[in-house]
Amino acid sequence: MNDIKIKIIDREGVIHEVDAPTDMNMNLMEIVRSYELAPEGTIGICGGMAMCASCQCYILSNHELPKMSYDEDLMLSEAFNVKENSRLGCQIFIKEELNGLEVELAPEV
Amino acid sequence: MIKTDILIIGAGPTGLFAVFEAGLLKLKCHLIDALPQPGGQCAEIYPKKPIYDIPAFPEILAGDLVNNLMKQIEPFQPGFTLGERADTIEKLNDGSFIVTTDKGTKHHAPIVAIAGGLGSFEPRKPPITNLSDFEDKGVEYIIRDPELYRNKNVVISGGGDSALDWSIFLTNVAKSVTLIHRRNEFRGALDSVEKVQELKNIGKIELITPAEVVGLVGRNQLEEVVIKQGAEVFNRECEHFIPLFGLAPKLGPIADWGLEIEKNAIKVDNTLDYQTNIPGIYAIGDVNTYPGKLKLILCGFHEATLMCQSAFQRIFPEKRYVMKYTTVGGVEGFDGSKKEAPKAVVKSID
Repeated sequence: MNDIKIKIIDREGVIHEVDAPTDMNMNLMEIVRSYELAPEGTIGICGGMAMCASCQCYILSNHELPKMSYDEDLMLSEAFNVKENSRLGCQIFIKEELNGLEVELAPEV
Repeated sequence: MIKTDILIIGAGPTGLFAVFEAGLLKLKCHLIDALPQPGGQCAEIYPKKPIYDIPAFPEILAGDLVNNLMKQIEPFQPGFTLGERADTIEKLNDGSFIVTTDKGTKHHAPIVAIAGGLGSFEPRKPPITNLSDFEDKGVEYIIRDPELYRNKNVVISGGGDSALDWSIFLTNVAKSVTLIHRRNEFRGALDSVEKVQELKNIGKIELITPAEVVGLVGRNQLEEVVIKQGAEVFNRECEHFIPLFGLAPKLGPIADWGLEIEKNAIKVDNTLDYQTNIPGIYAIGDVNTYPGKLKLILCGFHEATLMCQSAFQRIFPEKRYVMKYTTVGGVEGFDGSKKEAPKAVVKSID
């Protein structure tokens, strides 16, 4: 299994290009935390259960992402700063087909 | 004034288990929590979700874990101050502490153990620029006294159970109730959704979906909300706007207690006893940080255990003590109960 490259724009607008492993069952929220691109306690508050929206991000590239689950959809319906391209990072698992993914972290609320 | 041996801030799993470990050392505990029920995140965010990494429990629901802990600590008769947030701390000359909540309840103890998780749960506030200008001037995040809304025009926003339930309730009190949600679908209990539908049909609730409140208007008091529905933007007269978007944890006032903070957590000495930079104040569970920290319930249990041993030595510096196994010593509750391993009956040999 290979690592993939992901471009992440943090909440200050700084662009980070990071390597993400495809064989560790990691999701995008965990990648952000592992590289410390957002302060602890401001992302992944619910631990990745699609229950807090603290890992909301905007998808900037045209990758085909996994379909939104009912839980993710409902959480986003109550989240703030939601846009057309909003997703919860904790629901996007790192797979080879996501190589080159570009995302921007939504503001902290 | 509530007096105790160990004052625990936060009634999540770590704080609850600390009561047990303290009880074995004959130390009494009192817990403060901002939520109205014990259990912390386990009870508030995910009571129906399974946890798989509690030792000896292949699978347990978070809510059941809390119930079991409550049962386990029952013999040690912990006190609770629930629905109140620990706001200020004062160190007395004798080294003990007075902790006061946002509602003014005072607690006195020689030891304070902060088991606050990610912080106290606070209402999530929608990003409306002048929202804070109207707080308590027409904007409320929590309904404390429904009478406040009698014969008033009320706008509620949100799509979960609390938005639905309060909309239903306030139809009997308020002059008008308008419920605004970004979607047509609500994620509350089915019977609440159906009740709102029914009240909408008979004109008791006005439902505006999919829409959002994007602005507030008023001089000193709230007078109107600005609603955006699709491309259309319009104002609605109301005296009250109640955004109900659930709760999120914030470290809150604890951050100003003079404790060393790193990465939104309290730095502790993990080589010894999880004490903070202020002697007598400990931090255990998700709220603390140290090299290699993992935010796991099982780590919180371990930290709580070591904290209690250190607290005992601090309260009774002259006393000698060695840790006893419960299988050997049993569990003697403060309520007079005693649990111990049954003595085996051995038949004598003639």
